[in-house]
Amino acid sequence: MQDINIQALGDYLETQVLEPWKGIKKVAHDEYFTSGHRTCQGCESALVMRLMIKAAGPRTIVLGATGCMYVANTTYYSTPWVVPWMHTQLGSSGSAATGTAAALTALMRKGKMAKEPINVIAFCGDGGGADMGLSAISAALQHTQYNLLIFLYDNESYANTDIQVSGLSPYGANSTFSPPGKVHRIMHKRWKKNTAAMLAAGHPDCKYVATVCAGNAVDTINKVRRALTIGGPTFIHSLDPCPKGWDYDPKYSHELGELAVETGIWPLYEVEEGKLKMYGKSKHIAKRRVERKPVREYLLRQGRFAHFTDEDIDYFQGKIDAMWDKWLLPGVIPFTGE
Amino acid sequence: MNPPKSATAKKVDIQAASAPRGESEELISGSEAISHAVKLADVDVITAYPIRPYDTVMQYVSQMIADGEFDCEYIVAESEHSQFEIVKHASAVGARVFCGSSGVGWLYAFEALAVTAGLRLPMVAMVGNRALDDPGAFGVEHNDALSVRDLGWMLAWVATAQEALDTALIAYRVAEDSRVFLPCAISCDGAFLTHSQSIVKVPSQQMVDNFLPPYDRGDKQLHPDNPITIAPQANEDWVMEIRRQSDMAARRAREVIIEAYDDFNGQFGRGGEPFIERYMMEDAEVALVGMGTLAMPVKVAVRKMREEGKKVGFVRVRWFRPFPSIELQEALSGVHAVGVIDRDYGFGSSFHSGVLANELRSALYPLATRPKVVSFIAGLGGREVSTDNVIDITNSVFAAANGGDIDDQDTYWIGVRE
Repeated sequence: MQDINIQALGDYLETQVLEPWKGIKKVAHDEYFTSGHRTCQGCESALVMRLMIKAAGPRTIVLGATGCMYVANTTYYSTPWVVPWMHTQLGSSGSAATGTAAALTALMRKGKMAKEPINVIAFCGDGGGADMGLSAISAALQHTQYNLLIFLYDNESYANTDIQVSGLSPYGANSTFSPPGKVHRIMHKRWKKNTAAMLAAGHPDCKYVATVCAGNAVDTINKVRRALTIGGPTFIHSLDPCPKGWDYDPKYSHELGELAVETGIWPLYEVEEGKLKMYGKSKHIAKRRVERKPVREYLLRQGRFAHFTDEDIDYFQGKIDAMWDKWLLPGVIPFTGE
Repeated sequence: MNPPKSATAKKVDIQAASAPRGESEELISGSEAISHAVKLADVDVITAYPIRPYDTVMQYVSQMIADGEFDCEYIVAESEHSQFEIVKHASAVGARVFCGSSGVGWLYAFEALAVTAGLRLPMVAMVGNRALDDPGAFGVEHNDALSVRDLGWMLAWVATAQEALDTALIAYRVAEDSRVFLPCAISCDGAFLTHSQSIVKVPSQQMVDNFLPPYDRGDKQLHPDNPITIAPQANEDWVMEIRRQSDMAARRAREVIIEAYDDFNGQFGRGGEPFIERYMMEDAEVALVGMGTLAMPVKVAVRKMREEGKKVGFVRVRWFRPFPSIELQEALSGVHAVGVIDRDYGFGSSFHSGVLANELRSALYPLATRPKVVSFIAGLGGREVSTDNVIDITNSVFAAANGGDIDDQDTYWIGVRE
């Protein structure tokens, strides 16, 4: 009979210790997401991929769900990935990470693979993550015995298939499935899901949930490094301005990300072991050191809101105000004042 | 092709070989038999999700893990789709995996099943065959497993708990052979096999280790030491060449299965002929063809009719993919008529026949003299197929052989209230 380690089930594998890089000058020069992809000019998600894997380093396995960052990134014979990379199905980022981490755990424990901490990151878009893949991500965040990071790059539509609304598209956005028409000006009436907070609140054993925006590159990198270091299943949600889907000049990608933070539409925060920490301008907004900019400034920069009337903009502003006052982190953390 | 080895010729070896090597005899169900195979194969990652009747295998597996008899990563997934996706990815990293489902659960995982075959990952799964909803039925029908028949999955149908255990070991060896690298599903009729107990010879660890080498994913393994990109966008540039590779793998599977049965027969003293089982076919004038536990009432009926001097035999299809066209041509070319008993349906298909009947018609078409093929549908939704049903069917097949009023371009439903 084989030698069986009974305690093994549920054992934790160690994680890599990835210290934060203090400032842009400390960030490693090595690139693991390189040439070979064919994303659009100004694509923030491609930059996010580069930051994500730069933060994780070479001893990492990346799983990529169907979406822009699969279709536009990994053409046969011209992959940009220097690290091992595998496609997974649209709704499978949670399952891909779980299966990969489970295999590493089993093979290392049973002596079939050399022991070492290997990062496992599965990325998904907003459609794959927050619509179809939500249940698998939720399940992955329950498997505390596995070290894995689910990274949701959110360009707020099914951008790869011609810009269709997802559960994370903002209210009223013009998309090929929600065009403004002669009778119905607003076709997409759903409010964006509060994904990161929902996952933080609903999975008390998940040690790390964070939001990022690539305009804050060092913050993005360090949150990835923190997630991978703390271990267990973790989740990061990135808001990625998309020139094609949001309809703006590609040179403004960073600026729109900044505006999303400044208007309060996209708060930057992390929840580490139940403790909330705000970051960057969001921290100042939360502490009432600065006022949120009016959402009008953000909305009117994008063609997808060109059909908005003042009434629509007021409605949007009211929802953002309510979000800060009432429900951003439901049931866990009051989100005003301090 | 190697000559098929008959099970009876090996009977002496069974007695001589099994006892000294520590094979034990246990009264267990088909599901429990497969759980023994999974443990003996030292599977690394298993995922479970409840649906009857396959889920009994996971009850046995989880108890073995809880009792410390078996070490693997065991995950209860939140859907069949995730269940199959998780082991798919574990297999890509080099882990030996096991999974399973039934009925609509198998179909909920359909996307994962398709990509597992496309990725050439050697997943082994158990299908506890069950009728597809709606209307709800727990009982056996074969349409669930048959739904993946053209995707690259190898499909075996077993008739006994012993065969379930043995086929699971053979399945790992064939699926993980680098000449094949295709997933394999072992179909077990719901209730009739999954839940029915019989005496099963459970081999020792050493016997299994001698037969089944470790899974080696080679240069396809997803690991930082081998930083490959798996399943990029290939499109019209390369998809056809990649499909052709799957086709060649499915063709090669045939020889690998034959090799595996040769070794299994030699090492375990049982296993029989790969692909098909022939029962009283030597001088048969008509033949019945079917899959799975249908074999039991059919064999009883065949014996009864033989006592009455009716020369009928039975061919049980053990592997549906790769489909044993050569063996079936050879076994059936001498009979006047064949009655195919499908435990499945093919609404709107050629002659409204079941899946097996039409597949068999296609395999026999190139023969210079073809037997008539008469299609029967029986035992749907888990309804019992009685020996009387089989005798009625056989009488119709004899009538077809003798120019009676039987239409071989139609399909007969057996025991159905009109």
